[in-house]
Formats: sequence, C-alpha cells, structure tokens
Amino acid sequence: MSKEPVAVVGVGQTKHVAARHDVSIAGLVREAAQRALEDAQLSWSDIDAVVIGKAPDFFEGVMMPELYLADALGAVGKPMLRVHTAGSVGGSTALVASNLVAARVHATVLTLAFEKQSESNAMWGLSLPVPFTQPLLAGAGGFFAPHIRAYMRRTGAPGTVGSLVAYKDRRNALKNPYAHLHEHDITLEKVQASPMLWDPVRYSETCPSSDGACAMVLTDRAGAARAPRPVAWVHGGAMRSEPTLFAGKDFVSPQAGKDCAAEVYRQAGVTDPRREIDAVEMYVPFSWYEPMWLENLGFAAEGEGWKLTEAGVTELDGDLPVNPSGGVLSTNPIGASGMIRFAEAALQVRGLAGEHQVEGARKALGHAYGGGSQFFSMWLVGAEPPTR
Amino acid sequence: MAPTSPARDVAIVAFAQSDHRRRTDELSEVELLMPVLHQVLDATGLKTSDIGFTCSGSSDYLAGRAFSFTMALDGVGAWPPISESHVEMDGAWALYEAWVKILTGEAETALVYGYGKSSPGEVRDVLTRQLDPYYVAPLWPDSVALAALQAQSLIDAGDTDEPALAAIAARSRDAASVNPHAQVRGSRPQGDYLVRPLRTGDCPPVGDGAAAVILAAGDRARELCARPAWIRGMDHRIEAHALGVRDLTDSPSTRLAAERAGAFERPVDTAELHAPFSSQEVVLRKALRLGDDVSVNPSGGALGANPVMAAGLIRLGEAAARVHRGDSDRALAHATSGPCLQQNLVAVLEGES
Repeated sequence: MSKEPVAVVGVGQTKHVAARHDVSIAGLVREAAQRALEDAQLSWSDIDAVVIGKAPDFFEGVMMPELYLADALGAVGKPMLRVHTAGSVGGSTALVASNLVAARVHATVLTLAFEKQSESNAMWGLSLPVPFTQPLLAGAGGFFAPHIRAYMRRTGAPGTVGSLVAYKDRRNALKNPYAHLHEHDITLEKVQASPMLWDPVRYSETCPSSDGACAMVLTDRAGAARAPRPVAWVHGGAMRSEPTLFAGKDFVSPQAGKDCAAEVYRQAGVTDPRREIDAVEMYVPFSWYEPMWLENLGFAAEGEGWKLTEAGVTELDGDLPVNPSGGVLSTNPIGASGMIRFAEAALQVRGLAGEHQVEGARKALGHAYGGGSQFFSMWLVGAEPPTR
Repeated sequence: MAPTSPARDVAIVAFAQSDHRRRTDELSEVELLMPVLHQVLDATGLKTSDIGFTCSGSSDYLAGRAFSFTMALDGVGAWPPISESHVEMDGAWALYEAWVKILTGEAETALVYGYGKSSPGEVRDVLTRQLDPYYVAPLWPDSVALAALQAQSLIDAGDTDEPALAAIAARSRDAASVNPHAQVRGSRPQGDYLVRPLRTGDCPPVGDGAAAVILAAGDRARELCARPAWIRGMDHRIEAHALGVRDLTDSPSTRLAAERAGAFERPVDTAELHAPFSSQEVVLRKALRLGDDVSVNPSGGALGANPVMAAGLIRLGEAAARVHRGDSDRALAHATSGPCLQQNLVAVLEGES
C-alpha cells in the first residue's frame, strides 16, 4: 500500500543552556514550537495533532508532563501522544509523528521533544535501583566506558581518536547559535589534558547536561506544496530494539543498530551510504561513539571507523561530515537530543543550517539511540521528494 | 467534522489480561507481564519474531525508577531485534500508535501491552505528580479529591445524586462477579465517604495488573481469529489541564473523539468505558449519548479492576473479546488519562455478520 510522502516544513529549537531559570517547562516547549511554526509560516490552528517525547519523567520530576503541557502546545481539542523510548526518544517521537501523516490520519503534525534537566538531577534519575536489577552505575558514562575499551581492543584504534571527535564537535558547535557549549578557546591539547572521568573517556569527551527543546512541523504532499521555504522529505525511517543484557549481545556494534540502518537504507533506496549520504547527525554522547557508530551504520567496514575520523573524513569540510551542528557532545537535553539530530539533518537538506551548513547536502541521516545501546531510531531525509 | 475512515482494515484478534490483585509483591513487572504475553501469543499461534510491530504503555512513576519499561521489553524477547516503541501513557494509546503503524502498511501485525503495579507506592500520592508542577502539584491534591470535585459538580448541576452513583457502583461490581480477572467482585456495601461525596464504593480498587492484545490487518486478521473485532474508527483528544477552565460535568474531548471514530453513525450494543469513578460514568454516558439499551461495562469496568496504565487497554480488549465471542456486533471502547477525564480515546469495534 502506498504511504503519503512526509515533509519537514518547520524546525524550531531553543538556545540550549545548562539552566533556563527564566522559563517554566511550558515556556521552554512553547518557545521551540513557536519557532517551528514561524519557520513553516503556519499558526497553531493549522496543526492537527501533537506528538511529544522526552526521556524519563524523573528528569524533571513530573509524571506524564504532556497532560500539563497540553495548553502550552496548543493541543487542547486535538490528539496528543507521548512517546518514551529512552535516549532514542527524540527520534522515535518524530517517527511516530511522521507515521500519522504517512498513514493519512492527519495532514499536519507538530512534534516536539524536550528536557529541562535543571528541574531535577539526571544523575539521580538514572541511578534509582530496584531489587534484582542492575542500575546504570555512576550514570551513563560508567555503563558505556567498558564498551568503548572493548572497541579499542577489538580494532586497535589509537587512544587519540576520542579527543579528535570532541575537538571537532566543539569547534562545529561554535558555528551553531543554538548549541549549548560554545568553547571559543578550545584546542586539541585542552581536550587531551582534561580530567579522566571513566577511562578512556575524558571530561571534554562527554556531553553536557542541557535544558532545551526541539520541534518540527511535518506535513503531507499538499502541505509541502504550500510551504514557503525549502522542505526536507522523509525517505526512510525505522526503529529497532533489542534486550538490555544477554549473553549474545554485542555492545560495541549492536545488531539492532545495524538492522535499523539497513531498513532505513532499504526504504530510501540507498545502497552505498558512504557515497550517497552527504551529512550525518549521529547520537554521540561520548566521543568514541563516532567511530563505533560509523561502523554500526555501515559507513565504514568493521574495525575501520576510527580511520575515517583520524583522516578528517568526518570534519565539517570532510567527505562525510558527522555532527556539523556540534552534536550531543555540545548539546544534550537528553529527551530532545534525538530529535535535534533528526531536525539538524532536515536543516542540512533544506540548506538552512547557517554557518554549519554542509555545502550541497542533498541527503542526510538523523540517528538516535538509547538505553544500554538497545533502542535505535533513524531517519533519512532528502532535498528531493522520494521516488519509491 | 466528518468522521475519518481508516484506509485499511485492522482488527483486534486476541486479548489477554492478568488476574488483577491488590498487591503482587512476589512479582516484578516483567513477571507480571510474561504470562499475559504468552497467553496472547498462544491464542494466535504467533511468536515474537512473527510480529511486525510491538508497542507498550506504562509509567516509570509507578515503579519509582527511570526506564522501567526497558526491563519489560526483555520479557517480550526482542531477539533478533524487533520494531518497537513505547508510550508513557495507558496501553490504549500504545494500541493507537500500533494501529497507525499498520495503517502505513509498514506492519501486518502488532503486539500491544500495558501494565502497572500500583502497590509499591501510594497511587493517590503518585498521581498528584501529574499535575502542573509549579502551581498545583506542590499542594498534593490527590486523584480521589479531584474526582470528588467533579462528582460534586455533577450533583450540583442535577446530573446525578448519591443513590444513582451507588447504583452504578453496584451494577459494575455485579457485572464483575462473572469476570474471573476482576479484583473487586459481587455486591458489597457502598462504605463510608472517602472524599465527600464519593464513598469507597464509588472509587476504583488500587491494584496491579497487565494486559496485551494482538492487532492484524485484513486477511491476516481472518487467519488469526474466527471473528476479528474490526477497528472501524479510533481517535483521541485532550483538554486543558487546569480544572478551573473546564466544565467538569461534560467531556467534549470524549464527544469529539467519538465523532471522529464514527461512533455516532450507528448505535452500539456494548460500551466498555474507562470510568475509574462512578461519577465519571455519568459524564461519559452523556458525552457518548449512550441509551439504556447499551450494555455498559459488562466486564465490571474500572470499578472492578483499575490497574493504572493497563485499565484503558483492557476496555479495548474486553470490547473486542465480546465481539470475538459473538456477544457484540458493534462495540465502543473508551480509555482515559489525566485528572477528571482530561484525555480520552474512543474506538469503535465491529464483528462481521
């Protein structure tokens, strides 16, 4: 059966910062949504449904905050869905919204993801144990560091690769007015001299804790035809999940990530991602995940991802720019981080990424993951409408 | 507004639920859920790997820790990796997401589940955390107190009185007496006031439980079920959060969702309403224009068992099961979320004659 083509016609973000003391949660999400509507030159009454996502409710201490946010997001009298798929949620939320249009249930949908981490404490939210289950020890870094070491052992990657990623992403962030960290005096030496937190991950190779929201307006073919600015077309989108812990799990390159990417490429008709995709916004909360995901997403052969990073291929002016926006390493409002990846990919193919625009980007991948590397969501957007 | 008709025939083909109990201290959420998942899969002969899409509904706040749903997924057996999603809502909305996924053509079947254990905490206190975090939640107004406010508005408006509410409670629990899964069954005294004008009998039992359904499209549904419960329409709407800006005696969101789901096109014979408080049935009956000839909550409804985050999905499952058995030809199912019926979902299910 034929699906309705889906277009991104509006994108809005807040300036991400450590603490937005000047706005409530409602004020924060309203700001991003308003900007997405302005970008699309639409009003609240043009929106048929709202799909909202964020990571655990414990991060703000509000249970099911979409109930309280209905008014702020103009959802009164409309359908409102709340998605939660751990760290991949921003991406999953966009995909659920996209499906509403693809299934022709609604013509124009507002989707938004946020996290206002200053309302509570994410480290605490991630460390509440229940009997007989292993909590994520010492936050996310404690969980992921051993898998990074496994990657280094497996591939023989030199210890400097992580710092190259961090140095690149922090420089890219300087070109993105919405990025949280703007470290104007950043140098590679400073990254390498920063304190070791979870060996081999140094302080400057980790993501910050941000307050922020990201919104998109998605619409059908007719809506795209009316759009005042260039649109991004969704060529493929998928989610894949696998269990948290089991004997056969490959934490370095999870099968769910490979399957998810393969499904997106199949839908989009992409056979050689390295050549056909012009920009990638991937979820890299700890620097070493760039080379790891390059392999997992099929941009490099197994064991070869770090070589692309080391050769500068993933730099903003490289052959395959990764995280031109500065990525999660520069901005991490957890629940929104996945949607920012999807939205930044859309901005790239719309040609609206400003100073961090990848010249001539026609196809871009947005990627998100969550849990113990077990939930994946991705989409591939293009400047041209899909032909299949 | 004209009702929307779905582009594809999708049906509920199987339903399973746990025996709902006051406490299940000996069970983790996964252990509560696993038998239900096995039952619903066994009913169709499907394995996890046969399912096109999986979606669940739950709330971290009940378990008291972040990411509690990730453990539940382990119970599904997501290996090899599956196409899966989760809503931090009642499982009824997970069913909605799965229905949309099948409508896109990306899946032919879906497994949907919802679960909640209220016993680890005080659910009345926990639900206060749903309220506006700056102005209302700090006052800790609990779910029973808010429902009492709504009940008093109804009485003041002349829409009901205490004996009528007692009759709703008695009818529901009589119906629940033939439901082996229900937590509170058979006749019982209305009890003392919990929060005036609501007595114990007007309020739902607090308990733990889980439910699961399987959806399938077109001929696949006919293969899996002798009499599929076809989803003729489904819609959900939300209202303003603040109680001060709503007319608590009415439910415009329910009415609109029902209209969009096509509920008013022809009469229904059955309605499974998610009305945790007897007074809320009064509001929903009015919004849905249900006459006395409609069998309302033959399962006993949420007054018989109200496992938070599963109770709405159970309404869809119970309505579908009646269609499966031939007890209903056209049934309405309703789910609610938020204080005083803030958010409402309506589905219309039909059997082929």
